[in-house]
Amino acid sequence: MARVVVDVMPKPEILDPQGKAVQGALPRLGFSGVTDVRQGKRFEIEIEGDVTDDVLAEVHKMAETLLSNPVIENYSVHVEGPE
Amino acid sequence: MRIGVVTFPGSLDDVDARRAVRIGGNEAVPLWHGDHDLKSVDAVILPGGFSYGDYLRCGAISRFAPVMTEVVEAAGRGLPVLGICNGFQILCESHLLPGALIRNDHRKFVCRDQRLRIENNRTPWTAAYEAGSEITIVLKNGEGGFVADEPTLDRIEGEGRVVARYLQDNPNGSLRDIAGICNERGNVVGLMPHPEHAVEQLTGSGTDGLGFFTTLASEVFQ
Repeated sequence: MARVVVDVMPKPEILDPQGKAVQGALPRLGFSGVTDVRQGKRFEIEIEGDVTDDVLAEVHKMAETLLSNPVIENYSVHVEGPE
Repeated sequence: MRIGVVTFPGSLDDVDARRAVRIGGNEAVPLWHGDHDLKSVDAVILPGGFSYGDYLRCGAISRFAPVMTEVVEAAGRGLPVLGICNGFQILCESHLLPGALIRNDHRKFVCRDQRLRIENNRTPWTAAYEAGSEITIVLKNGEGGFVADEPTLDRIEGEGRVVARYLQDNPNGSLRDIAGICNERGNVVGLMPHPEHAVEQLTGSGTDGLGFFTTLASEVFQ
């Protein structure tokens, strides 16, 4: 078993109202000095067997077709080692 | 005309859309998200709601529903398709329309009567309206902010593909006040406000939405 992680973030030029809401809440809780917050999504995908190039290519395909919307989001893929 | 209305898990406005279709003088045909079958309809409406609970992104899961395979293919052949609200989001996720819809810039759900200008009346859904006519219909959304990159916005403006534009206050942060757009051919239209809630005097803000359901001037595209 291996874990492949896909991180999805709104593109920098796309407004992120959720991040803005979080950013607005932080000072009210006493956290200061935060200049920006962007909120994204993290997908932990458990894979059968080894993470081969083919498997990674499949994960990229998942990320492009379903996990992210390329119009408004960027994604990155990385493999997490065994704990 | 036989107009299909798709029901997804979480659709809310499918019944209203079917009613609007009937009031508009057409036959409403219920379609099911799980079927690879459009039942030979002459047009399809993707109604509003929260299909698949808006999980992942609005419309992201619905896009892969079996019925959408058929809708995408038929739209490519010129079948008139209207996506309202969540339906608009599904059309963008399906890449039948450019751009995307994100959370309202003010972060609140908005529900109100909204003034619009119909800018493109050359689609099978808007031919009943005079170009430039102003209408008031219900707007209700949490994720209705239309976004696209500048070249895309310039292109759809240049090609006259902005079907409807918000007047007075922009309700959700949509770029260039865009409320609805169409594809290049004009047969696929996405609209954030809800014409199906404005088809009877008894309820709602009036009957300004009725034109979307009476038109279906399919001969325009034949």
